[in-house]
Amino acid sequence: MNAAMSSREIFANMLIVALFLAIPLGAVLLDEPFHLTLATRIAVLALAATGLNIALGLGGLVSFGHAAFFGLGGYTAGIIASHALNVEPLALGLPATQSMPVIALVAVAVAALVALPIGAISLRTSGVYFIMITLAFAQMIYFFAVSWPAYGGEDGLPMTLRNAFPGVNTSKPLPFFLVCLAVLAVALLLFWLIRGSRFGAALQAGRQNPTRLAAVGISPFGIRLAAFVISAMVAALAGVLFANLSRFASPSMLSWQMSGELIVLIVLGGKDRLLGPLAGAMLYVFFEYMLGGLTERWQFFLGLILLGVVLFARGGLLGLLAGRPRHG
Amino acid sequence: MAEPVLEIRDLRKNFGALKATDGVTLDVRPGEIHALIGPNGAGKSTLIHQICGTFPPDSGAIRLLGEDLAGIGMAGRARLGLGRSFQISSLAPEFSALQNVMLAVQARQGSSFRFFRPVMGDRALIEPARAMLERVGLSARTDVPAAKLSHGERRQLEVAVALALGPKIFLLDEPMAGMGPEGSKSLTKFLDGLRREAPILLVEHDMDAVFALADRVSVLVYGRIIATGPVDDIRRDPEVRRAYLGDAA
Repeated sequence: MNAAMSSREIFANMLIVALFLAIPLGAVLLDEPFHLTLATRIAVLALAATGLNIALGLGGLVSFGHAAFFGLGGYTAGIIASHALNVEPLALGLPATQSMPVIALVAVAVAALVALPIGAISLRTSGVYFIMITLAFAQMIYFFAVSWPAYGGEDGLPMTLRNAFPGVNTSKPLPFFLVCLAVLAVALLLFWLIRGSRFGAALQAGRQNPTRLAAVGISPFGIRLAAFVISAMVAALAGVLFANLSRFASPSMLSWQMSGELIVLIVLGGKDRLLGPLAGAMLYVFFEYMLGGLTERWQFFLGLILLGVVLFARGGLLGLLAGRPRHG
Repeated sequence: MAEPVLEIRDLRKNFGALKATDGVTLDVRPGEIHALIGPNGAGKSTLIHQICGTFPPDSGAIRLLGEDLAGIGMAGRARLGLGRSFQISSLAPEFSALQNVMLAVQARQGSSFRFFRPVMGDRALIEPARAMLERVGLSARTDVPAAKLSHGERRQLEVAVALALGPKIFLLDEPMAGMGPEGSKSLTKFLDGLRREAPILLVEHDMDAVFALADRVSVLVYGRIIATGPVDDIRRDPEVRRAYLGDAA
């Protein structure tokens, strides 16, 4: 539930937002489009992790398979766009389109349809079994994509053009960044509302004590399934943007490393926090490029930092900045 | 005789060779406090788990207001009117006392799939929850996380949560456990009034409380009910004295 934020927490949140917005601002002022791409990457990864944060942060559901939904979003964008480019109808004679809002809607719907059975089966388990079964489902989808030559197989599916957004030239870095930023802002608002709602109260109570939730007459299963599906839908939306950003729907979007990366983002930034995923994505992309420029083994250092966070700063970056979350 | 609210017929549950519940028959009538006592290992917890739906009995029936509970899960039984407090406090530890009760109010209103409206401004949740905390004497502690409450306060909060469900019957599993003498005394007084709202199946070790409160007492030993009756009969029953009460009673 939403507690009144302490002034320190408000300050921490403002600091994260200011740091984040300084990147595109600096990029525009100094005419460095590469840094706009970095900022876009941060926004899109933060969006995907915000989706996962609904399941993992609020619900305590450690899904190790959210790359499946992220990748589904990417492939939906890539497949529809490639059909539109070749002026071929989609399956069942449906017309293809380049319109990003339409493609995003389709991707979100596809993710919901796939997440529903995966969630319904996975949520029969808990703990490490839930982690493994979500991983197994994601791997099934990964290998399906890799072995399907029609849409690129192991090579992935290039997108010649970015999808079109009405009134926005998405092929330019700044307008595309602003689209991603707007979507991220909406997703963060959604997360904030859900966390404070009746649904959010039940979801968080189920994380803390499922027996208590059942004993008041709310079945944890239905609540968790809804959270899992919503979470997958947001991840798919991020996948659409990610494929557009790199102009490529890659099998790596579906890989288990991607699922792990999303969890790492949340843990780095602070799970259960509104801006945890954004803080995590900033740190991650920062290390990726700064350390990545110094050494190819940057992930070794990322691992050390993650170790430090898990051992000494369980609340992640936001936990360090904002102190313990307040409740009540 | 009035129709029983809760009716247990010939309930049996074995764990391997152990007959944890061995043909238990028991009922709770409107307006009464029915205490269930028995030495450690008598099978009280096993019986409670079956009533609440944690696991099913091997045979026998449990009926709530005439409805057979077989096949209904824990959440379903709660919705039918089984208000339960736990032997070891089972609350949402990060939620404040108020939020714990609000969750029960929300469950009673049957409205957990509302995604947007903030609960912390929702008077339909807050006001009934505050009223319940006031009734159990926790008004001063509404904003304290459950994990930070004292042991006794958590017991009170458990009762407030059960109360907020507006149940048809209370199933209270050792509500006095770990409470000081003052706490037990005030909780005893509180439970005495509670029976007007709904009957209580009270599992309790505190014999002073049981003898002060119970209309009837059932004694469970090795999975069997060896005696059921009014307090005075139970006190005098030689078999009960031998099995459980000793000479202290």
